[in-house]
Amino acid sequence: MTTEVRGHGRMLRKEDRRFVRGAGRFTDDIQLPGMLHLAVLRSPVAHARVVSVDTTAAAAHPKVKAVVTGAMLAERGLAWMPTLSGDQQAVLATDKVRFQGQEVAFVVAEDRYAARDALELIDVEYDLLPPVVDVRRALDPDAPLIRDDVEGKHDNHCFDWETGDAEATRRVFDAADVVVEQEIVFPRVHPAPLETCGAIADYDRIDERLTLWCTTQAPHAHRTLYADFAGIPEHRIRVVSPDIGGGFGNKVPIYPAYICAIVGSMITGRPVKWVEDRTENLTASGFARDYVMRGEIAATRDGRILAVRSQVLADHGAFNGTAAPMRFPGGFFGVFTGSYDLEAAYCSMTAVHTNKAPGGVAYACSFRIAEAVYLVERLVDLLADELEVDPVALRLQNFIRPDQFPYTSRTGWVYDSGDYETTMREALRIAGYDELRREQAERRERAQAGEAGLSLMGVGVSFFTEAVGAGPRETMDMAGLGMADGCEVRIHPSGKATVRLSVQTQGQGHETTFAQIVAEEIGIHPDDIDVIHGDTDNTPYGLGTYGSRSTPVSGAAAVLVTRKIRDKARLIAAHLLEVAPDDLEWERGVFSVRGVPGAQVTIEEIARKAHGPGDLPEGLEGALEAQISYSPSNLTYPFGAYICVVDIDPGTAAVTVRRFVAVDDCGTRINEMIVEGQIQGGLTDGVGIALMEIVSFDEQGNCLNASLMDYLIPTALEVPDWENGATVTPSPHHPIGAKGVGESATVGSPPAVVNAVIDALEPYGVRHVDMPLTPSRVWEAMRGNAAPPY
Amino acid sequence: MRVSITVNGELATREVEARLLLVHFLREELGLTGTHWGCDTSNCGACVVLYDGEPVKSCTVLAAMADGHEVRTVEDLEREGVLDPVQQGFMECHGLQCGFCTPGMLMSARALLDRDPRPSDHAVREAISGQICRCTGYASIVRSVQWAAEHGQHQQQELA
Repeated sequence: MTTEVRGHGRMLRKEDRRFVRGAGRFTDDIQLPGMLHLAVLRSPVAHARVVSVDTTAAAAHPKVKAVVTGAMLAERGLAWMPTLSGDQQAVLATDKVRFQGQEVAFVVAEDRYAARDALELIDVEYDLLPPVVDVRRALDPDAPLIRDDVEGKHDNHCFDWETGDAEATRRVFDAADVVVEQEIVFPRVHPAPLETCGAIADYDRIDERLTLWCTTQAPHAHRTLYADFAGIPEHRIRVVSPDIGGGFGNKVPIYPAYICAIVGSMITGRPVKWVEDRTENLTASGFARDYVMRGEIAATRDGRILAVRSQVLADHGAFNGTAAPMRFPGGFFGVFTGSYDLEAAYCSMTAVHTNKAPGGVAYACSFRIAEAVYLVERLVDLLADELEVDPVALRLQNFIRPDQFPYTSRTGWVYDSGDYETTMREALRIAGYDELRREQAERRERAQAGEAGLSLMGVGVSFFTEAVGAGPRETMDMAGLGMADGCEVRIHPSGKATVRLSVQTQGQGHETTFAQIVAEEIGIHPDDIDVIHGDTDNTPYGLGTYGSRSTPVSGAAAVLVTRKIRDKARLIAAHLLEVAPDDLEWERGVFSVRGVPGAQVTIEEIARKAHGPGDLPEGLEGALEAQISYSPSNLTYPFGAYICVVDIDPGTAAVTVRRFVAVDDCGTRINEMIVEGQIQGGLTDGVGIALMEIVSFDEQGNCLNASLMDYLIPTALEVPDWENGATVTPSPHHPIGAKGVGESATVGSPPAVVNAVIDALEPYGVRHVDMPLTPSRVWEAMRGNAAPPY
Repeated sequence: MRVSITVNGELATREVEARLLLVHFLREELGLTGTHWGCDTSNCGACVVLYDGEPVKSCTVLAAMADGHEVRTVEDLEREGVLDPVQQGFMECHGLQCGFCTPGMLMSARALLDRDPRPSDHAVREAISGQICRCTGYASIVRSVQWAAEHGQHQQQELA
């Protein structure tokens, strides 16, 4: 298969050749000789003291090789592990269990069925404690203390954080004509990648080397943390991230069972596989959102937005396992000022512990930007409602103008580039916005005139700006590791190339996109460029793929390292052609002497020369290879305008998404097919989050959405045929002007769907309904009972 | 217990536990890891195979129940180095991203086209509605199946 594309452009994916044949290599596909299977015993209750753990019967099972408890890990100093947010998390419970699904013990057995059987034989005695489930009650003076493992801790407070200028914002609010206020809950949801988490640990006792195949989005960072925590020398740890069946942030943290697999292999001397089941994934691995937000927006009577203010109560669960840059405990929530030119903004956040699973940032949210965008885009719609103006007109009136970029927001974020009005107008054009409003008005008239059976039609708009591509490393780190990424390119003597990346695809198509990035810069056909990633022994160091950072960070690294090679190639070309380097012109793969037709040399010829006999320019080493580590000077700020059209059945309150228009501007598009795929997947996430997804708990802390029977994910029948559009505003600081895009749609679409539903419910006087907008919740809202989900 | 199942045209006979699921039989006994497992409740459809020509979730079938039956997995779609049109369609129309749901989607698509060579878009959506894709948003899968409908001979008849 050769493709016509020689650099950027629509090109079929290289990795698909194995996936369509069922020849992908996912963690659970790997079978090693002598491999054992690990299963984890988890707490059935949310909060209890662990009185005793009796493993006698389990250990006597004929197929069981090892049974390990928290007490046994404690002897090795491994019972607690550090989290990415500087907290500690129990690997196996020693003192208490603090959420339902928490790891208590593990079994290693000859096959996965036997390992599960043996779990049933472990006898744990729990002394039940009252759980903290309601986030609003977590700081009550009489709330049970969850974190008594932390010395001196006497409440469930996790952290406080603020951004913006409280006093300046107060002054603007006090003087404003109009202030609109609303409590807005972004409920706990779960990324639920189709492949659950898993690992295979293979510890070689003789060479003292650990190989860990693992579903990780950040293999290098994980390796360092294992070295720091477990004391295995880092150069003797190899983390391999094979094909990953979706990540969405769920596969960023280190989970206790990864440690268990490593310990299991060390104890038994054999490879040990652990593969999470779906209930474990939904109840114990990294969740997302769970913000209770009080938002306020201030404006003049004629529609100029002056300020936004918010107070956030964040549920971080039993341990603060949030994966976010260390100095940003609230992630990038600071971009809650949205796409608007404001006079002031302020947010204060209080995070608390509850008896729920730890996590907090996963699910394609760009470090809490999903929450921020949802808040501001709901507030703008509420303001439009208050001012009785069209929500699009209100947005157009208040956008940051193109001539204001780079624009420093009131919370200190420097937006790199944007042309919001153009993007908004393109969405209006595709949607036929005026016609939609006419249809809606006509339907309402007919309904008022008594026509029965008409669906309630709603049109919702959102406009988002994201901040993606963390670092810079100077200000952003994960667990003390600067957020930079590496790329190495080798041009082989025959003119083929190998690219090695520190980031790791979970379906984003890196094997294609990065081949295209390098092809564009060096002129080698992308089919002749292979990408190697996800293996710490064979790739340069870097922080991995999450927060839409692969293209902004590693993509830039790939461009710059290839240009470095091109600079060297120019010197060799000049030497071959016996001219000065400045006399050469570069055009995709060929250096030619300016003004001398036919005097040229190809990159393939240069590669051969670089590795061949004969002289090179004085002082130049042979080979055409280079490696760099790239720290971006700023984040990139993709943006987009989304319009959603819904119909609500007045008899059942079921919401149908009739149309969804998404115009995204992510700067330069390397492969528009892949970019569009990223967006369409994110839109589906957003529809799911808006209409059906929630992780909720009963009063005892039992998870009520512990399987895909109860945690609902959209199928092909719940989403429309997406209508995508594009505008291109390049990033000024990215070497090819590209911005991240992986999470744009997940961030931008929930408010469009919710705004559409609220718009449809206008005849019922509904002002706000919290997600998920299930039929029962919409039904209640239509009857004046729009209660928060919790 | 002893089971004999015809998998991709070859008879496979194994001693298995009575409780062994067909998905685990395929993956672990036969090494056919193209069929994936993604949930505990038969909701996700990553494990769909053709069972006597019909798409079924192989996590809902015990290996013992499949004794004497014919199973076709994703590994059997390519014939003599030529991809099945559904495989080619998924590549052409970006019908996959992470690739985890893909084998199940391909088998459902194959079964649909064998039954209905020119399905409507809605028929495609219905055919895959028991399966979850977390990456693509489905529209590209619908296009992929339609690409196959437009370009492919439906191969099940050749097999028969």
